[in-house]
Amino acid sequence: MTQEHDTLEVSVWRGDADRGQFETHRVPAYDNQTVLDVVSWIQQQVDPTLTYRFACRVGMCGSCAMTVNGTPRWTCRTHVNKVLKDGRLDIAPLRNLPVIKDLVTDMDPFFDKWIRAGGAHAPSASRHDPIVEISPQSEGRATADAGIECINCSVCYAACDTVSANPDYLGPAALQRAWTVVNDEKHGDRQAVLDTVSAAGGCHNCHSMGSCTMHCPNDLDPLGAILGLKRATARGVFKRRR
Amino acid sequence: MLDLRLYMLQRLSAMLMAPFVLVHLGVMIYAIQGGLSAGEILGRTRGSLPWFLFYGGFVAAASVHAAIGLRVIAAETLGLRGRALAVLTWGVGAVLLGLGMYAVFAVTVPA
Repeated sequence: MTQEHDTLEVSVWRGDADRGQFETHRVPAYDNQTVLDVVSWIQQQVDPTLTYRFACRVGMCGSCAMTVNGTPRWTCRTHVNKVLKDGRLDIAPLRNLPVIKDLVTDMDPFFDKWIRAGGAHAPSASRHDPIVEISPQSEGRATADAGIECINCSVCYAACDTVSANPDYLGPAALQRAWTVVNDEKHGDRQAVLDTVSAAGGCHNCHSMGSCTMHCPNDLDPLGAILGLKRATARGVFKRRR
Repeated sequence: MLDLRLYMLQRLSAMLMAPFVLVHLGVMIYAIQGGLSAGEILGRTRGSLPWFLFYGGFVAAASVHAAIGLRVIAAETLGLRGRALAVLTWGVGAVLLGLGMYAVFAVTVPA
């Protein structure tokens, strides 16, 4: 049921990497409305130059994440009435990434770290080899499965205070990917991934604050993955000495 | 900033310090029960290899642990990187080790 006369007070960040400010708009309030709907309404009805990024609108593509009232969120599946504070919304670009314009951040550092953490698949067999059977119930496969639903929205990366304090730190998403790869029996060089995340900027910089796991919109557990990497690498220290 | 080597050094030094702290506190409380003068304490520690090893190990573990911890704090809050960070880490470790071992020698080397 539409509430014709109610409005929301919405402040949206306008600017680029060097400077910017919040611009406030009155936006019609509806019973069912996502934060992405609000941003789209402003862009379509008030200011067509407002720049933001989205694609699927159903929580699959990971492109619409923004900072909403100070918290990183996927905006397409965030209902306004769950995050509204005193009838207000403050919408800003994601933290810890360079702003290109308005609500759009440059995701390159995020994806570069994903690769740097060893996230790319290294084959252990060719197409001519028989397919190795791996039980979905095996411990490694179950652990890998826990992380593969990551949609690379960068919400965890924006939520991480360690990334803010240490720009070299790989961050929760990249490390969770590394943990997935380490548990994938079909990966060609799992020890190389453990060595990669053991270098400066790797998993040992995590302070276990858990903002990543708290804010992950898909209810994944990057903190648990990072702790897994820490355990595996620490065990490796003693094993290699034998 | 922290790699596996520094991470392990900090964890292992913490593991060493836990019993050191407990024994240190326990002995301190036990020793002063009947009243104990500085002279009497020194009478027991001077020339004692076990006490030298105990407090020497304690000082070494604390120096390593604190130097790595302060390295992280300096990097994350002050933005120190590279050479400055290395100088701070080694400097803090050396100063703590120097001061600590000075005290250990003072109470364990025979007069």
